[in-house]
Amino acid sequence: MINLTVNDRPVSVPEGSTILEAARKLKIRIPTLCHFKLDCFHVEHRSGSCRICVVEVEGRPNLAPACCTPVAEGMKVHTNTLRAINARRTILDLLLSDHPKDCLVCPKNLHCRLQSLAQEMGLHQVLYKGEQSTYNKDLSSRAIARDLDKCIMCRRCETACNTIQTVGVFSGVNRGFDAVVAPAEFRPLAETQCVFCGQCVQACPVGALSEISYKYDVWRALDDSSRTVVVQTAPAVRVAIGEEFGLPPGSISTGKLVAALKLLGFDKVFDTDFAADLTIMEETTELIERIKNGRNLPILTSCCPGWVKFLEHQFPELIYMPSSAKSPQQMFGAIAKTWYADRIGVKPEKMTVVSIMPCLSKKYEASRDEFTRDGVPDVDIVLSTRELADMIREAGIDFAALEEAPYDAPLGESTGAAVIFGASGGVLEAALRTAADWLTGTSLESVDFEAVRGLEGIKEAVVKIGDLELKAAVCSGLGNARKLLEKIKRGEAQYHAIEIMACPGGCLNGGGQPYHRGDSSVLERRMEALYRADRELPRRKSHENPDIQLLYREFLQEPGSHIAHELLHTHYFKRKRW
Amino acid sequence: MPCSCQGAGKPETDITLRYPDKTAELNAYLDALPLEAHPDRKRGVLIQSLHRAQQIFGYLPAEVQALVARKLEISIAEVYGVISFYSYFTDKPVGRYKINICTGTACFVKGANKILDEFRRQLNIREGESTPDGKFFLGALRCVGACSLAPVVMVNDRVYGNVTAKMVSEILADCAD
Repeated sequence: MINLTVNDRPVSVPEGSTILEAARKLKIRIPTLCHFKLDCFHVEHRSGSCRICVVEVEGRPNLAPACCTPVAEGMKVHTNTLRAINARRTILDLLLSDHPKDCLVCPKNLHCRLQSLAQEMGLHQVLYKGEQSTYNKDLSSRAIARDLDKCIMCRRCETACNTIQTVGVFSGVNRGFDAVVAPAEFRPLAETQCVFCGQCVQACPVGALSEISYKYDVWRALDDSSRTVVVQTAPAVRVAIGEEFGLPPGSISTGKLVAALKLLGFDKVFDTDFAADLTIMEETTELIERIKNGRNLPILTSCCPGWVKFLEHQFPELIYMPSSAKSPQQMFGAIAKTWYADRIGVKPEKMTVVSIMPCLSKKYEASRDEFTRDGVPDVDIVLSTRELADMIREAGIDFAALEEAPYDAPLGESTGAAVIFGASGGVLEAALRTAADWLTGTSLESVDFEAVRGLEGIKEAVVKIGDLELKAAVCSGLGNARKLLEKIKRGEAQYHAIEIMACPGGCLNGGGQPYHRGDSSVLERRMEALYRADRELPRRKSHENPDIQLLYREFLQEPGSHIAHELLHTHYFKRKRW
Repeated sequence: MPCSCQGAGKPETDITLRYPDKTAELNAYLDALPLEAHPDRKRGVLIQSLHRAQQIFGYLPAEVQALVARKLEISIAEVYGVISFYSYFTDKPVGRYKINICTGTACFVKGANKILDEFRRQLNIREGESTPDGKFFLGALRCVGACSLAPVVMVNDRVYGNVTAKMVSEILADCAD
């Protein structure tokens, strides 16, 4: 242990700790901006680039950045001397001198660390008037907006994209005043290997990275009486949206979410969980088939569009591996605009399918050409959890006080197997529940496969189903996926099934979720809530969903049937890595 | 900066396909590098690889950047980031005569800016650009280590010392084709 004093108070911390960590142990706040840490994924970004955390250290001539200065025995640190405070104010002043002051209309308004710093530090005027960056906004993609005028060069997005996800879209480009974070050649994001996971949007402390918003398209659709507007809500949304309205993290807001959507005027409020159960039916059928034939193993899950695009760019030689099953979002759209539209006598072109997703990549997925039939997209508009929260506020709905409402039938019925899709390991666990029943021809009592749960990046499990020892792995975070796929390519690892989610921890930590601001406990509570929701549901196996059974009886015949293939399965494309 | 990724991979525009000999030379160089498994080690040879690539091709177009990135297994964004950081590297074709004005401290104090202005005026280009006929490139360097001769101008490997604005036309006249 290293002993030091911070503001004359003694503290002991392990060797290698930073001044910031020592101060936090004493509950002394030092402002930070570029520093970013997510304990649950062992991620720390301390570029030391913003210098807002500078403190005085006795005997050291210059100020020390607290976030990346290691402690030393006998060190005497002062965090709030006039010199340190003046330096911070100057740094903040200089940062603001080249930052647009359009906070009122900024997508990160009230979620911006630079804004909250200015408020915390009591800055009421900007001293320096200098040159201003003027870049064009990058609105090329369907998912992520880049406004480089707001970039403060903290490079947190680079850590998210390059280190955590190993997608490698961003780099610091140019130098001096012209320095900015951008893709190679300043390419628009839509022309890069970006997978739109949105982890950079979560990491960006300012408005330089945000989502492309489709709120007004939804308002217009709701206002158009000639259209039937149905909405689906992804599993991870229900355990996060409450945070936007002051409910504690980990609240299960399913009923309030449904009530809010009904108040907003959606004709029918359905659940992506229904389609998640459907995905399990198709994917498990494929899994069992591949195991029986011993071909094309391992099967990789295909629910996550960020992961799918990553595979297409980075491992094009493995595109035969993922399940051909569409993601729940796309399955929902396909069924809503065929079976359901037919049932209620609405033409598919007169129906608008809106998705509420924890994800930004889902916006991109919905726009992929292969998810359109006769010029009609299966899913028309995708909103993030955050955008829906904005709409609820805009409509003046008091979310926290809402009476719970149930989903509409028949696309609103779901099981516990579906709700855990929102956590890393959930898709695999759901598939195992069904596979175990189907392979053994019995109904297993125990449905909890604990080994595949949790926020670790790579999890492995061997599950005994009858005579079969099913080897499975679960990956979340694309950097972890890369590690595992490299091993598989080298023949060092053999599995039957692998679940991969682009975002660390799975959809609960999606790029479209309420900003977690580096608080791991928020993510842990969302995960616990998903498994709690699973436990509380009467049915916990996808194949026991009565409306799924109805869908097959009335329309799809059986999993893997010709019509199921036509509507619920897809194919993948080789894309350029460089 | 205009996007130059369009057309990448097409035979008529992809420089690595248009110049197979040069591409083979660069590939041979990269293949001979002692690459270690650790990603940071691969990064360590990036700058020397870019030096060689620029020597071979004269500049670093997108396809050459992609080739280097692929061989070193690093992202093309990172390669581009390095190229954009160092003024020595360029992703645009450069003139045959590379005129570089030193704007390091000593040369700057002794009037390098006036000389740069005169070159700009006479060539009608800005620094970092080449003349449309492909003859001249105009650039500014930091210290070239010849401060006693300040201000210094380099034309390819030739060094001019104690340069004045009046000498600019003479320097240009020296560059006979």
